[in-house]
Amino acid sequence: MSTTHTIVVNRTPYRVTVDHYETPLLYILRDDLGLKGTRFGCGNGSCGSCTVLVDGHAQRSCELPVWSIEGKSVTTIEGLGTVDRPHPLQRAFIDFQAGQCGYCLSGIIMTAAELIGTGAEPSREKIVAALDANLCRCGAHARIVKAIEAAWKASTLGAAR
Amino acid sequence: MSRPKLPWSIEENPLLCQWVDFSEPGIARVFSAKVEIGQGIVTAIAQIAAEELKLPMSKVLVVSGDTRCCPNENYTAGSMSIEIGGTSVRMACAEARHAIVERAARMLDADESRVAADGGLILLGGAPAGLDYWQVAREVDWKRPITGTAPFTAPESSTFLGKSVARLDLPAKVAGPAFIHDLELPGLLHGRVLRPPSYGARLRSLDQSAVEHLPGVVKIWRNGDFVGVCCEREYQAVRALEALRAGARWIESEVSSGTRSWRELLPTLRSIDSESEAGERPAGAANVRRLSATYSRPPIAHASMAPSCAVAVYDEGRLTVWTHSQGVFPLRGALASAIGLDESHIAVIHVQGAGVYGHNGADDVALDAVLLARQVPSRPVRIQWNREDELAWSPLGSPMVVKIEGAVSAAGDIIDWSSEIWSGPHGQRPRARGPVNLLAAAHVDPPIPFPEAYEVLSGFAGGARNSEPGYDLPHRKIVLHSLPGLPFRTSALRTLGGYANVFATESFMDELADAAGADPVEFRLHHLSDPRARRVIETAVRLADWQFNAERGRGRAAGIGFARYKNTAAYVAVIANVEVREDVRVSKVVGAVDAGLVINPDGVVNQIEGGIVQSISWTLKEQVVFDGRRVTTRTWEDYPILRFDEVPELVVDLIERPDCSPLGVGEAAQGPAAAAVANAVARALDLRIRDLPITRERIVAASAAAPA
Repeated sequence: MSTTHTIVVNRTPYRVTVDHYETPLLYILRDDLGLKGTRFGCGNGSCGSCTVLVDGHAQRSCELPVWSIEGKSVTTIEGLGTVDRPHPLQRAFIDFQAGQCGYCLSGIIMTAAELIGTGAEPSREKIVAALDANLCRCGAHARIVKAIEAAWKASTLGAAR
Repeated sequence: MSRPKLPWSIEENPLLCQWVDFSEPGIARVFSAKVEIGQGIVTAIAQIAAEELKLPMSKVLVVSGDTRCCPNENYTAGSMSIEIGGTSVRMACAEARHAIVERAARMLDADESRVAADGGLILLGGAPAGLDYWQVAREVDWKRPITGTAPFTAPESSTFLGKSVARLDLPAKVAGPAFIHDLELPGLLHGRVLRPPSYGARLRSLDQSAVEHLPGVVKIWRNGDFVGVCCEREYQAVRALEALRAGARWIESEVSSGTRSWRELLPTLRSIDSESEAGERPAGAANVRRLSATYSRPPIAHASMAPSCAVAVYDEGRLTVWTHSQGVFPLRGALASAIGLDESHIAVIHVQGAGVYGHNGADDVALDAVLLARQVPSRPVRIQWNREDELAWSPLGSPMVVKIEGAVSAAGDIIDWSSEIWSGPHGQRPRARGPVNLLAAAHVDPPIPFPEAYEVLSGFAGGARNSEPGYDLPHRKIVLHSLPGLPFRTSALRTLGGYANVFATESFMDELADAAGADPVEFRLHHLSDPRARRVIETAVRLADWQFNAERGRGRAAGIGFARYKNTAAYVAVIANVEVREDVRVSKVVGAVDAGLVINPDGVVNQIEGGIVQSISWTLKEQVVFDGRRVTTRTWEDYPILRFDEVPELVVDLIERPDCSPLGVGEAAQGPAAAAVANAVARALDLRIRDLPITRERIVAASAAAPA
């Protein structure tokens, strides 16, 4: 039986109709809203590729039924910044060439966005701990950690200005 | 003037128009069949083209992996993309610019020596002559063969070569759609394929009734043991697949006895044997010490971050396929054979996927999409595998056993070396053996089964890659036992046999050094006359925390590994520092690399860093488990890979050789990194683990078995 839900993604409200009320948010984002920067990796929350922010917290969109996010605010990688106006995290990932195939990066950046959003300086240990459930197969880990450290510095400098 | 030797890609695609096109004003289109698989090749090719065409990179558009317009360069594989593909583009672009200069001189009625082409403009005596490349290009006969005589830009005067140009594809990848998975086409259907539960399983019955009426189901197609479904929306396809799974009854059978260790199992299997021998055993060496040791590696999964994906549309007898395959041309041929359609009616177009480390499911999923697209003509069908199929059904890197016997004299010289290898085949890509080699082709009716595949030393022998040590040895013998009957599909995974052979060779070098009472670095250098090999080892030692005289068995040590990939490509020496408590923790890794002329230094460092990290993951954590019927490691929980908190500090040093040919680096670090870790663990524990991966269980078992 189809159900209709009101969700807010990247500050825009949408009404979406789904066949199955437990349809994961990931498919809504990609199929209905055309937000393809959130990526499918495993379907059971163990790789982190599909990470989005829900009310500022990093969550796995492949496991989040659409009904569970009604009344909450979702941010995807598209809501963070664009190619032309990148978020400090996106900027830093490019500056550090922190990736190889790049498939894991959207989820990693969203995980890092939660960390940076707290405002407290993330130590290397905190960054590594936050990324514990994000996988990268190409081996770009060391650059990714450096990019996140640099992004925090850039974003706090930007905020102080 | 003698004709220079042309790279293979140019010999196969000899005309300038197959490589460069100026028909669009302001843009030089450069064609290559070498595709982006996460290694940065498209950026490197754009650098090369911009350099030789003397154009800004913004005016160069690399079109890669499209059978409609690109040269047929077979596969993007074997770390040959820069060596062969890049050199070909360089040659073609140097010659294209020369053709423009030559034509412009005639148009201007000027001596060629006074005419130059730079930045898109034609210069006469250094001043703009009122012509640009594109005006002149209209007058050039681009169907001329490439001669290889146009000089390359000298390294010292180059603008883009040797520069760390940022990856062209990265900005989109951190902002939105960038992958084949994100492709949008009008009328796109989402499909899924129901794979059998195990190798050898046959579909006895399929109850479709519960699926037909599910929302969005457009087509269910069963043919033999192949079942697929197409739906309007993706999650509908996910649900439909689960419903099909529930309605399928399979007959499974045992395909192998399977539970023994690879070390025990592989030498008992039927093998096709070949051997090679070189040099002479020196006569009369005194006080010779003979050593023998056997090493093994398990099957390893590609485990790409994204499941394989493809899109196909079949319209009026013509097929268009979008794929992240490493070889659009061989795939086109394999698809043509699989469905009986002429190649000329098939276009295969590369779109980036997640990192590809060899022959994974990319080609197989393309046939899945083609089979289903033919059932719903004119509607594009997108098939995406799920995580379980990606880990269980992609071809695997073959398990291997390597037994080495050697002898060292009292003077510390290695006087004999023989290596015996048991390995499944490493090259079963589409069209590599037999016309098809695609998963679904073996499941449809009538099936096109996988041909029996094996390797011999006189031909392509992936299992023997790097089995020949790169050291000065008076006598060496290699025996390859190629195993055609492994119960699962094996094919190319980064380095092929190089990973296991370098792990074994370099472990054995340490064992020989111990027997000779020598320092492992000194021992290696003593057997290395190649100055480039010596230099990477010396560089790594200088940059690393190197304490060979430290007491053994204290849970902390350094180890070294060295190889020249394929004995012809890049030189890499790696030194790893490890701490062993319950698990092995790699704290720091130093890599020194000589890759000849480097097109993009940061790109090379990134590839080496990635190779080291992936190798540590293989070496400490990864093993595919096969229970006699099926691969049981189907999730990231069953098949863990290295995590952020397990990644060491990395230092990579490039030795610049601008006057040497460029050498591929995508596979150069894995063998040396594995050996460095294994040698460090052996020192930290004073106990050698010869079976990979070096897990906690292995360490406990080896400690228990060791003499007190």
